[in-house]
Amino acid sequence: MDKQELLEKIAFNVVQGRVEAEDEGFDPGLEGQPAVTELVEQALEQGIDPKEIVLASLTESMEQVGEKFERNEYLIPDMLASAECVGAAMDILSPHLMKAGVESKGKFVIATVSGDLHDIGKNIVAIMLKGAGYNIIDLGTDVSPERIVQAVKEHQAPYVGLSALLTTTMRVMGEVVSKLKEEGLRDQVKVLVGGAPLSDQFAKEIGADAYCKDAFHAIDSLKSMAA
Amino acid sequence: MIESYREGVLVNPYERLNEEQVKWLDEASLSILADPGVWCYNERAAKLFQNHGAKVSEEKVTGTTCWRVSFPAGLVREAVAKAPSRLVLGARKPENRLLLDAQVPRVYFGSGSEANVWIETELQEFVSMNNGDEKIRVPRFKQLRGTTALLSRAAHLCEQLDNLDFFIRPLNIQDKEINQDNHDVNKFFASLNNITKHVQAGLTSLDKLPDVVRMAEIIAGGPEALRKNPLISFITCVFKSPLQMVADTADKVFAIVESGLPLVISSSPQGGSSAPIQEAGMVAQINAESLAGITLTQLIQEGAPVLYGSVPVRARLDDLHDLYGCPEFNQYNIDCVQLARYYRVPSYSTAGVGDAKVPGMQAMFEKLLTHLYMGMSGAQYVHYAFGLLDRTNSFCPLQAVLDDEQVGKVKHCLRAPKVNPDEVQDVLKMVKKVMASSHRLYARHARKAMHSGDISSPYRFEAKGMEDKVIENALAYMAELEARPADRIDGALQEQIFKEVPGILPTLKTV
Repeated sequence: MDKQELLEKIAFNVVQGRVEAEDEGFDPGLEGQPAVTELVEQALEQGIDPKEIVLASLTESMEQVGEKFERNEYLIPDMLASAECVGAAMDILSPHLMKAGVESKGKFVIATVSGDLHDIGKNIVAIMLKGAGYNIIDLGTDVSPERIVQAVKEHQAPYVGLSALLTTTMRVMGEVVSKLKEEGLRDQVKVLVGGAPLSDQFAKEIGADAYCKDAFHAIDSLKSMAA
Repeated sequence: MIESYREGVLVNPYERLNEEQVKWLDEASLSILADPGVWCYNERAAKLFQNHGAKVSEEKVTGTTCWRVSFPAGLVREAVAKAPSRLVLGARKPENRLLLDAQVPRVYFGSGSEANVWIETELQEFVSMNNGDEKIRVPRFKQLRGTTALLSRAAHLCEQLDNLDFFIRPLNIQDKEINQDNHDVNKFFASLNNITKHVQAGLTSLDKLPDVVRMAEIIAGGPEALRKNPLISFITCVFKSPLQMVADTADKVFAIVESGLPLVISSSPQGGSSAPIQEAGMVAQINAESLAGITLTQLIQEGAPVLYGSVPVRARLDDLHDLYGCPEFNQYNIDCVQLARYYRVPSYSTAGVGDAKVPGMQAMFEKLLTHLYMGMSGAQYVHYAFGLLDRTNSFCPLQAVLDDEQVGKVKHCLRAPKVNPDEVQDVLKMVKKVMASSHRLYARHARKAMHSGDISSPYRFEAKGMEDKVIENALAYMAELEARPADRIDGALQEQIFKEVPGILPTLKTV
C-alpha cells in the first residue's frame, strides 16, 4: 500500500469508527480488515511522518465525522467510536510526536467531584477531547477538591473539567474553584463544568469559566479559549 | 405460499383466557346457535343450512318472513374446520401482500370504518392578553364531508405510512355525483389508484360486484392473476346483533364467496344493548354470530377464504353510544382473537379507535390502550388502527400520522426477544472488552444494533423545549408525506378500466 493510500485508509477507518480489525464499522462487511490501530502501526513502519498522519488522516476525518453528526447521519455512539479511533492512534503516535517536538493541544485534568460516582458524561467528554487532540488526565470519580487541585499543579494543566450529576454534589465544584484560588492557580487554569443539574447561571455563581452542556460544547469552549 | 409479504410483527401472544375458559365459551356459542338459534332473514341461506342438517322453521316477525335456524354443533364444527387457516391478501405491489396464518401470530395493522366526516387541522396563533409578546399556536379543526377526492388523499397518505399494512377505506364518499349505483366502483378506484397495499371495503350494491371484480382483474392482470393475488377483499356484517342474519348482506356473502375473493365475516354487537355487557355473554354471542357466518361461507364453497371478524364494543351507560377506549373493549376483543386461534381461522380484530373527537391527549390515551393490548393479542389483521376519532364517525389524516408513529412503537415493543446462544456469546465478549477499556462505556458497541434498526428512535414528534409540539410537528411531517408523488395504476390500465367499468367519476382519472 503506498503512502497516500495508507493515509486515506486510516482516515476512512476513523470515519467508520473502527479501532481494531475485529470492530464493525458504520458500513457493513468491514470486520476482520485492518483498522486504525493496525494501519497507524503500518504507517510508522513505512516511515511516514507522524505529523502527516495526524493532519492527513486524523484531523480531517474527525471534521467529516462532525459534519455527519450535524446532518444527523451519525449519532453519539458513532462519534464516540471515531473519537476512540483518534485516541488510539494518538496513543501510538504520541511518543513519536514528542520526539519530534510536537505537543498536544494541552493537558486537561478531568474528574467527577467527591460524593458523586456518575461517570458516563465525564467519560464521554474525556473520549471526545482525547480524540480532539488534548492530553487527558482522568482522575476518575468521587475525587476531592484537594486531589483535583494537586493534579492541576502537578501536571501544570491549563484546563480542568469537573462533572457532577447530583444537586447535592455540584456544590463541590465551587469548592474546587475556591481551592484553586487559595493555591494561587486560578489564573493559570480554565475551569469547565458540566452535568445534568448544572446551568450557565450556576457556572457563573461558582466562578467557573464555562458551563458545557455536552462534549461538543466542551470542544467548542476550548477552541474559543485557545483563540 | 408466497415468498414476499409485509413483515408485520410476529408476537408472543398474550392469552387472557385459559384453555378451559376458551372451551366454555365455545360450548356456550354452540349452545346459543342450537337454542335459541339464529333469526335468518335470507331464504337461500336458510335452505342451505337446512340442507346440511340444521333445523329450520319459517315464521313471520313483524310482517317479515324469517327462518329460525337451530344449528347442530357438528354442522358448525365441520364447516368451520373447512375454512382455510392460511390465506393471502394481495396487493398491487407484491412486497405489500399479507400472509395471514391463524397459527402464526403475525400482526398487521390497518385503517378502517367508513366515516362520514374528514377532520382537517390547521394551526392558529393566539396572543396572550397579559403579555402581547407571548404567543401560542393552537390546532383548530374543521369538519368536511367525505368525498372521492378526500378518499384518494387518504389512500395516498396511507401509502406513505410505514406501519400501515392494509387499507380499509376510512371515508364514506358523498360527492353529489355519487349514488348507490356508482358508490362501489368509485370507492375502490379512488383507493386502488392511490395505494399499492391491500384494499378492503364493504359492498354497497350487490349487482356492482362484477364491476369491482373486473376492475381488480384488470389491475392484477386477469381473472386467474386476481385469485392468486387478491388485491381487494370485502367486509360483510352478515349479522345484526343479536343473532339476526341480514337478508341482503347474506346475498352479498353468496356472491363474494362465489367470486373466489376473500371476505371478512364480521359482527359488531354492543355490550349492554345488542349483547350482554358481561364478558362471557358478549363473547359467547359474538362468537356464535361469527361461527354461523363462517359456516355459511363454507357451505357455499368449501375452503372459501374467510376471516373471523369481531368488533365487540361496549355501550356507554350514560347515553348508550359505543365506548371504545375502555378496558372491556380490550377484554372482549382479545377473547375473540383467542377463539379465532382456537378455530384456526385468521382473526380480523380491532384497535385504535378514539372516543375523542379531535387529536389530543384523550385520543392518545384511548388509542395506546388498545393498540398495545390488541397488538399483544396476536390477531392477524387489526383494523380501525389509523385516524379514527369520535368513535368511528370521523377520519382525521393528522391522527393517522400520529397513529402511525404509535403503531410503529407498538410493533417495535412487541418484537420477539433477541436472546439466543449467539447473542449471549457476543454479549459476553462485549462485557469483557468494555471492562478492559479505560472508560467502561458501551456506547460504541450500540452501533451495530443502532444501524440495523434494532434500536428504536425517540418519539418522532417530540419537542426540545418546555412546550408540547406534537401536533405542530406531526402536521409538518404530514405535509412532507403528502408532497410525495403517488404511485398510480398504469395509464393504459386506467384507460381499460374506464372503458370496461362504468360509473367511475372522470375526475379520478390520473392519465
